Amino acid sequence: MILRRSLLIGAAALAMASGAPAAFAEEPLKIGFIYVGPIGDFGWSYQHDQGRLALEKEFGDRVQTTYVESVPEGPDAERVLRQLATSGHKLIFATSFGFMDATAKVAKAFPDVKFEHATGYTRADNLATYSGRFEEGRYILGVIAGKTTQSGKIGYIGAFPIPEVLRGVNAFTLGLQSVNPEATVSVVWANTWYDPGKEADAARAVIAQGADVIAQHTDSPAPLQAAENSGTVKAFGQASDMIKFAPTAQLTAIVDDWAPYYIGRVQAVLDGTWESQDHWGGLAAGDVHMAPYTNMPDEVKALAEETQAKIASGELNIFSGPISDRDGTERVAAGEALDDAAQLEMNWFVKGVQGDLPD
Amino acid sequence: MIRLEPRAAPSKLMATLSPLIAILLTLIAGALLFAALGQNPWRALRVYFLSPFDDAYMRAEVLVKAVPLALMGAGLAVCFRANVWNIGAAGQFTLGAIGAGAAALFIPAESPFAMLAVPLIAGALCGMAWAAVPAALRTRLGVNEILVSLMLTYVAALLLDWLVRGPWRNPRGFGFPQTNAFPDWAHAPILVEGTRLHVGAFLAVAAALGLGLMMSRTLRGLRLRVTGGAPRAARFAGFSAAGDVWFALLLSGGLAGLAGALEATSTVGRLQPEIGAQAGFTAIIVAFLGRLNPIGALLGALVLAVSAIGGENAQILLNLPKNVAGVFQGMLLFFLLACDALINYRPRLVARRRA
Repeated sequence: MILRRSLLIGAAALAMASGAPAAFAEEPLKIGFIYVGPIGDFGWSYQHDQGRLALEKEFGDRVQTTYVESVPEGPDAERVLRQLATSGHKLIFATSFGFMDATAKVAKAFPDVKFEHATGYTRADNLATYSGRFEEGRYILGVIAGKTTQSGKIGYIGAFPIPEVLRGVNAFTLGLQSVNPEATVSVVWANTWYDPGKEADAARAVIAQGADVIAQHTDSPAPLQAAENSGTVKAFGQASDMIKFAPTAQLTAIVDDWAPYYIGRVQAVLDGTWESQDHWGGLAAGDVHMAPYTNMPDEVKALAEETQAKIASGELNIFSGPISDRDGTERVAAGEALDDAAQLEMNWFVKGVQGDLPD
Repeated sequence: MIRLEPRAAPSKLMATLSPLIAILLTLIAGALLFAALGQNPWRALRVYFLSPFDDAYMRAEVLVKAVPLALMGAGLAVCFRANVWNIGAAGQFTLGAIGAGAAALFIPAESPFAMLAVPLIAGALCGMAWAAVPAALRTRLGVNEILVSLMLTYVAALLLDWLVRGPWRNPRGFGFPQTNAFPDWAHAPILVEGTRLHVGAFLAVAAALGLGLMMSRTLRGLRLRVTGGAPRAARFAGFSAAGDVWFALLLSGGLAGLAGALEATSTVGRLQPEIGAQAGFTAIIVAFLGRLNPIGALLGALVLAVSAIGGENAQILLNLPKNVAGVFQGMLLFFLLACDALINYRPRLVARRRA
């Protein structure tokens, strides 16, 4: 990760040095972003806007960025995207799944504008997709949870039973069982991405059932705060480092870092090498990183760091077999690993996960 | 302190000029706001008010944005005039989209019912059914329709959410919360090639004009106005208050349902959790901007559509945050309503009385 970054920065510096006269003569590259939430949500949209600010810092006068915030994922998105394209933006990031249809339509109408859509699956010559392998981080959380739990019961607050969340639950459970085979995970569906009240209720419910570690795949710090208030329960932050909400309960957090990807893609446009692709980066690409490991003994911290290094180097594939689902069906044979297509469509739980799973 | 006293004879001239004065005041206050933010006021005002008319696509977008606002605003104007407070147009809109979606997704292409009118009618009927709940509770049990219609908005949103994540989910959509795209026959025809302007524009104008005539020229319109303005007089005249409540709620619910069905079959083209139901709340402002006159609601819808699109453009062209757009829209509404208030009332300074 460090190597790749310094390479990028080196490349940028080289381009600046060699192409400086040309760069000043040229118009800056205009880059547009649309966000589903306000930039002050301290979660999803906030992290994307941090990526945008990293672009300004990295490229200075050579780029000009624009954002439109709180765009609902309904009829308005298409107009906003189109207006960004009409007003001279040559690279446009649509940062939420619900912008998919609108982005595809506008990309068709503006073949010379490049579009990047987060978390979707529709692509075209000028429409790329990107997402993060956040489940790599969740495997590490599982390892930490397995070493931390006394009761052997973990509570997991999920947003919705969609493949992205199921991947996270399974990765977490596999990490958990790699160090603590008897521990179980109880999944509670909050049916929302962001609703502090509901998330806190779900957290209190799993604590009452005996869970002493809580993991969450919802966006607010509320479950973490519920753990903090209990005095003994530990938990993990989501999407950004939430240590200030739970200074004694947060063990670590998965941080979505879009800056390396955004910088790489802008560089590609400036170099004329941009191509449509499906980018799915994890710990190795620097799209996902871990907040500091806190509130745990040194040996657990060392184990977490070792696991992180193994995943990043490719030594450990989190979905390598043998893996059976909880009904006993073999999903991944020994010596094989789950491919991306199967990960994208994941609709089953591994052994040891308790909770409803709609068909 | 300042007290507002009713004027004996509100000036007809001022009543006509009031919206113009309000817009002028907004321009002045807006120019000051933009200057304070370090923007060139002329350029900022141009972006807000004129950029939505810059090209054919944007002009069409103003109408696209105004269609659901006008349909719902016209219905709510009639409803509010009858003193029936339907706050749940957003929920009726959502049900309209669900009804249209059911027709679009489950009627096979070879069926004689596979034509656009069917999902639109289904949507209108679903919107009416949703509005029938507060109507029944108010007329039978005296339950306040504001609360019931508002609460049902959330029920509607959860119902749509459940459908698109559960039984109606696209099986090839990687588990994401969406239905299949609607078939071609269930797409509202586009009026101008290269834009999103669809036949709903005609329906919105027809609904506003039709309701305008109904209110001014028919016995039903008279009854609604009398029931709303002078309930005792209405009772003496033998008008059934319950009948008017039912009529007002079913009418506004049906139009909201139609608006939802149109949005689903035009700009969205499938069902998903977010389909633009927020317009149901904006339509309340539209109804008041139009002074509770259905034809006025048509103009109110255009004003709000322009300011919404102008606000988006300000983010793109001027890098102003969305909150500034909100402040600016708030000023526009404030001046419009304040001007109206000052036509009917006069402010007077009075000495503060000791208790």
